[in-house]
Amino acid sequence: MNLIVPIKMVPDLVEELVIDASGARLDPEAVRLKLNELDEHAIEQAILLKEKGAASQVIVVAPDIEGIDEVLFTAAAQGADRLIKLTGRWSYDVSNRALARVLANFIKTLRPELILTGVQAHNDLDGAVGPALAEHLGMAYVGYVSGVIIANGSARVRKEFPGGLIAEMQVQLPAVLGIQAAEKPPRYVPISKIRATMKTATIETFPAAVLETIGAPVNVHLFPPETRERATMIEGDVNAVAARLVEIFKEHGVL
Amino acid sequence: MNPDIFVVIEHLRGQVSDLSYVMLAAARVLANATGGKVIAVLLGHDAESLARDFAADRVLYIEHSAFADFSPDAYQRTLENVIKEHAPRAVLFGDTTIGGDVAAWLSTRLNLPLVSACRTVSAEDGTLKFVSQICGGKMMAEGELPGPTALVMMVPGGYKPEQGRAAQAPELVSGAAPALDDLRVRVNEYIEPAVGDVDIAKEAILVSVGRGIQNQDNIELAKELAQVLGGVVSGSRPVIDQGWLPPTRLVGKSGKAVKPKLYLALGISGAPEHVEAIGNAEMIIAINTDPAAPIFNLAKFGAQVDILDLLPVLTEHVQQARGG
Repeated sequence: MNLIVPIKMVPDLVEELVIDASGARLDPEAVRLKLNELDEHAIEQAILLKEKGAASQVIVVAPDIEGIDEVLFTAAAQGADRLIKLTGRWSYDVSNRALARVLANFIKTLRPELILTGVQAHNDLDGAVGPALAEHLGMAYVGYVSGVIIANGSARVRKEFPGGLIAEMQVQLPAVLGIQAAEKPPRYVPISKIRATMKTATIETFPAAVLETIGAPVNVHLFPPETRERATMIEGDVNAVAARLVEIFKEHGVL
Repeated sequence: MNPDIFVVIEHLRGQVSDLSYVMLAAARVLANATGGKVIAVLLGHDAESLARDFAADRVLYIEHSAFADFSPDAYQRTLENVIKEHAPRAVLFGDTTIGGDVAAWLSTRLNLPLVSACRTVSAEDGTLKFVSQICGGKMMAEGELPGPTALVMMVPGGYKPEQGRAAQAPELVSGAAPALDDLRVRVNEYIEPAVGDVDIAKEAILVSVGRGIQNQDNIELAKELAQVLGGVVSGSRPVIDQGWLPPTRLVGKSGKAVKPKLYLALGISGAPEHVEAIGNAEMIIAINTDPAAPIFNLAKFGAQVDILDLLPVLTEHVQQARGG
């Protein structure tokens, strides 16, 4: 069985977020991109399934965006078998509608049985990629998944509901699953192993289909959140902060 | 064009989510601008009574045994028909484990525009608008809700659930479900949340740690502070996913909503999924090295220091204050 993991890059929130002159998007010059964290979990879940013998290979598919080669090589060092880059005129903030359409066109050539992808990304503004992909491919979709078992042509998945409740669901294959968390945290691979992988692994490239941006919100402008009642900041070193916090604890009646 | 605003009610095991009422409140804002009605769409099995306090002009109730549990397939197919038949100006879903399985599928299927992470809606000169919260709460996006039918996925925080509740039951109209006997997704069973050593929802003092705690060994520093304060340690999603704390200690969308007297947010940035679960805390104090962390917009007090430096010092100060 082929496990397909479509991934995407998102702005690293550790960096300062700068809005560009148009006001409609983050300044591409100022953003540092990283792999969507939930896609990391999707890769890990796919590799775990392969290690359990439920799948023969893990194929990671990504749009060709700055920084993607290192991300793909890292996936190979973790255990992915094929690395695929879709070339074209991408921007990091391509709408998910457009991305899903392009991914679906390519993924259907891989005879997919199970597709795992992050259930969301922090910069999604038109829903997630997974359900759109499922519709294009005529597959079932379940999101917020934090555990997958494959047996007898179907998947048994753990879907999260609020309050810690889990529904164990039976999903007919082929299917798309939106991964919230892998069963284990994504494995760490040392940089030396990633470097070694760069010498042996190959990234296959395929041209992406033409991007169509229908379905995305229009006339969007970005602004920082309003800070009506920002916290009163305690200044000074850790000793000063600790001393003030103890006073606050006493005033608040918890000490 | 049909000016009505539809709200897809989210419910599970006989409980309507608070977010459903938040969506009814948002729908009223839009309906006031379009001159349409607020229609609550309830897919259920023996579930008419759930609609008794909806602040809606009408409830479209669709009965089927497949709606006894949440099934993405059953919701997708039924709502596809509902939207095709009525073509309302907007349809509101939760940006949740239920709406998330349905809205983007419908948007693709019916080629309709979709806006996710929407917190508030408004109308300006007849144009319907949204404000969404993205980038972990660090950025807001405002834009138009395009026609003919805009699909909207809503997050909590913009409206109070009480605004979507009514004293009188609205008129109820029955609709028909399509054939749903070949569903590809079915619920086998529910797994109840593990009963932990403590129930963080009932604790008065929570020392809550996020990504800033950096590794499992450092959890001990938070435990020491919690111990001298008489509280317990909880955490945000990254800490639980790393296995540094058990899932019973998760504060957030998939975990517990908490209401302590004191919530110490240590190295927690304040992503929307976390923030929605701490709104009822009496006092939030946030410690984070990132001055742009959204948690500072919610906290009463804050400090921009490294929690790993602060924790041992603070534990010592609390011990001294206790005379120990």
